[in-house]
Amino acid sequence: MTIAARDLSIRYGFFVLLVALALFFYVAQPAFLSVRSFVFVFQSVSITAILALGVTGTLVVGGFDLSIGSVAASSMMAASYAMVIWGWGTAETVLLCIGFGLLAGLLNGLIIVYGRVPDLLATLGTMFLLLGLQLVPTAGRSIARGMTLPDGTTASGSFDASFLALGRARLFDVLPVSVVVMLTLAVAIFVFLESTRWGRVMYAIGSNEQASRLAGAPVARYKIAAYMISGAFASIGGILLAARVGRGDVSSGNNLLLDAVAAALIGFAVLGAAKPNAFGTLIGALFVGMLLQGLTMMNAPYYTQDAVKGGVLVIALLFTFSLTRRAGR
Amino acid sequence: MTVGETGASPVLEIAALERAFGQNRVLKNVDLAVSPGEVLVLMGANGAGKSTLVKIIAGVLAPGAGRMTLAGRPYRPARPIDAVAAGLSVVHQQINDAVAPDLSVAQNLLLDRLCSGRTGAFYSPRRARREAEAIQAILGLSLPLDRAVSEIPLADRQLVAICRALAEDPKVLVLDEPTSSLSQREAERLFGIVEMLKARGVAILYITHRMSDIRRLADRIVTLRDGRITGEFRPPLDYEGAVTAMLGAPIQRGGETIRSGTRPVLSVEDIRLTSWSRPFSFTLDAGEVTAITGLVGTGKSRLAEVVFGLAPAAKGRMRLMGEPYGPHDCGAAIEAGVFLAAKDRATSSIVPGFDIARNLSLPFLSHRSRAGFVDRAGERQRARRTIADLSIVCQGEADDMATLSGGNQQKVVVGRWLAEPCKLLILDEPFQGVDIKARGDIARRLRETAGDRATLVLVTEIDEALEVADRILVMSDHTIVGDHRTGPGFDLSRLLAEVAGEIDVDPLPSPDRLESAAG
Repeated sequence: MTIAARDLSIRYGFFVLLVALALFFYVAQPAFLSVRSFVFVFQSVSITAILALGVTGTLVVGGFDLSIGSVAASSMMAASYAMVIWGWGTAETVLLCIGFGLLAGLLNGLIIVYGRVPDLLATLGTMFLLLGLQLVPTAGRSIARGMTLPDGTTASGSFDASFLALGRARLFDVLPVSVVVMLTLAVAIFVFLESTRWGRVMYAIGSNEQASRLAGAPVARYKIAAYMISGAFASIGGILLAARVGRGDVSSGNNLLLDAVAAALIGFAVLGAAKPNAFGTLIGALFVGMLLQGLTMMNAPYYTQDAVKGGVLVIALLFTFSLTRRAGR
Repeated sequence: MTVGETGASPVLEIAALERAFGQNRVLKNVDLAVSPGEVLVLMGANGAGKSTLVKIIAGVLAPGAGRMTLAGRPYRPARPIDAVAAGLSVVHQQINDAVAPDLSVAQNLLLDRLCSGRTGAFYSPRRARREAEAIQAILGLSLPLDRAVSEIPLADRQLVAICRALAEDPKVLVLDEPTSSLSQREAERLFGIVEMLKARGVAILYITHRMSDIRRLADRIVTLRDGRITGEFRPPLDYEGAVTAMLGAPIQRGGETIRSGTRPVLSVEDIRLTSWSRPFSFTLDAGEVTAITGLVGTGKSRLAEVVFGLAPAAKGRMRLMGEPYGPHDCGAAIEAGVFLAAKDRATSSIVPGFDIARNLSLPFLSHRSRAGFVDRAGERQRARRTIADLSIVCQGEADDMATLSGGNQQKVVVGRWLAEPCKLLILDEPFQGVDIKARGDIARRLRETAGDRATLVLVTEIDEALEVADRILVMSDHTIVGDHRTGPGFDLSRLLAEVAGEIDVDPLPSPDRLESAAG
């Protein structure tokens, strides 16, 4: 392969693959290329994508956040608890959940930066911690309207209609709110990482921490901030999940972590970036969503989904690490 | 043909050796001979062609033209193992390349035998230990044979490498800059071993440009400059003449003005770098380039860390423009106008994922952005100016750092800190792994821009200090032992003596320095 051809295939190979897949599904199932189908793909990946965009921030500083799935699940439980048991309104509940996400991120950051625990291990620890803690207030039961509380009384509150709208309403009768939130957050984190000096320093820290420190960057603060961003994004995902399901389900959010991490890693391959990037993460999430939607429409059984995701991830990682590895490294 | 001090006929002879890389002739008509029981020092500045010469002798590179004979027979090693078989062993500068870190010391000593398959199919730890004992007995050492090499200090690893080289009973031993990463004390132990080998009749080709080594060991000196042999010195050795032959120009830079400072910028008052070192004071003036020179491990980098806020001094005060100064981190130091281009650019300066422009702007992003958004056009424009000012060889400011040569990468590192005005600019080993041309460009730019700030350059090599500085301070044992101005009246031999630790202002008892190799 000549250098130019190689460069082109690295840069646009993934898009070619995306378009080719879309065409394939269209030929097999013409309904695949309808607005309804697209909206469905966007909606199905919105929560995963939001988590993935958050974890991208930690990947950029050279870290990793395994706790996003359980932060999202805990945030969902917190939202349900606040509304159903305390009878809180939508605004307070949303603020509580985001505050909780920031706090979880702060905890991760402190353990990693000042406790010197490796990122994977630290966030694995908080993942377990939160998975367990979220069960405590309700003694392990899911939260729903009119549930019986551990002390024998019946919960008096219920999900606010405006809260449920976050998960169910559509803008202009087309775009679900969760998709709007996803796109807004994607643009925000993209601009933050690519165009602001803070994003620039985060990339510098991820690439050479010592050099960044010697260039005067407050590395510890940046790293903690990255985990707080990740926690906040995960908690927003949890809020949307609670609003969509309409109950605090202890078992939801199981797949969120793996799907989100996969999307962020697939994003490395988009446009030959070979590094974590917000645009790639979004495309990665959409790619997986599209693939699953197409396969579902072609009546592929449900249980093949994880195998498909895994295959995509492996191919994307090969793209990133063997093709884009530049000469001389 | 040259004959060594002992009068014996040379064991290794090299005649009319040539080697070129593309258009670049690295070795030009090199003649060299070394005799049994002789320490021949080959001196040369960075980029003079020493490494190429060593690689040819070791069988790593093929010569372009010329003849080599070893013990009277034609010598033309195709692979390193041929050189060993012919009786020539090389200990390379990169010690870690010569040892397998996860293997034990004993296994490392026997590595050549194990790799060449002379030990049979089964490895017997008992027998290996016995053989290893025999090998280290050559040097009278007692290394921890069962420890992994990764667990022993660098200086001991080097002894392992030397021991291993001696296991095959070589006639010629080539030591390539063996003290470059050793402390004074460790170097002393190495010197003892070299003398022992010399007494046993081994011919030693000792490559260095470190004066303390040369004074201590050399029987004869040959200087290499720009690929040519420029001088041969026999006893009584004329060290100053050798340095001049190595550098090619008389020490005093003709024509260039030596500047004196205008006003004090940084004063260091009674600083102790460690709890046990002697306190010292000095003042750096604006408009002046000051170099601090001294061996590796004498505290130069430590001083940089103290001034840049990376480590506290054990004692003492600093003043910056007359105000008390004591930064608690790098950010505070930069804020106060003290910049540091740290040593070892790959780990401490270069961000490999960033292009040239982004690497240049890293410390000053807040100046390069409005409301948090980076001004890309301005950033790239400034980068283009830096590229022109420092003659950085590249396609453009969006080039990846990995595409640049070592010298050009270093120019980016220096350019980064020249981009904004500062009060004090410290450069720690700015010429490390930099070719002569780039080194000249960097030194020129540093002197051109030195006007308003104080500039402090920390270098191990004296020739680098002489190239760039108006004033040279000498550091030994974590304290300043000498203060020289370059220009008329400059006393090179005194400076060399200070670097070697031969002039003690007030000798502190340090019994460990006398510890011998057999110790």
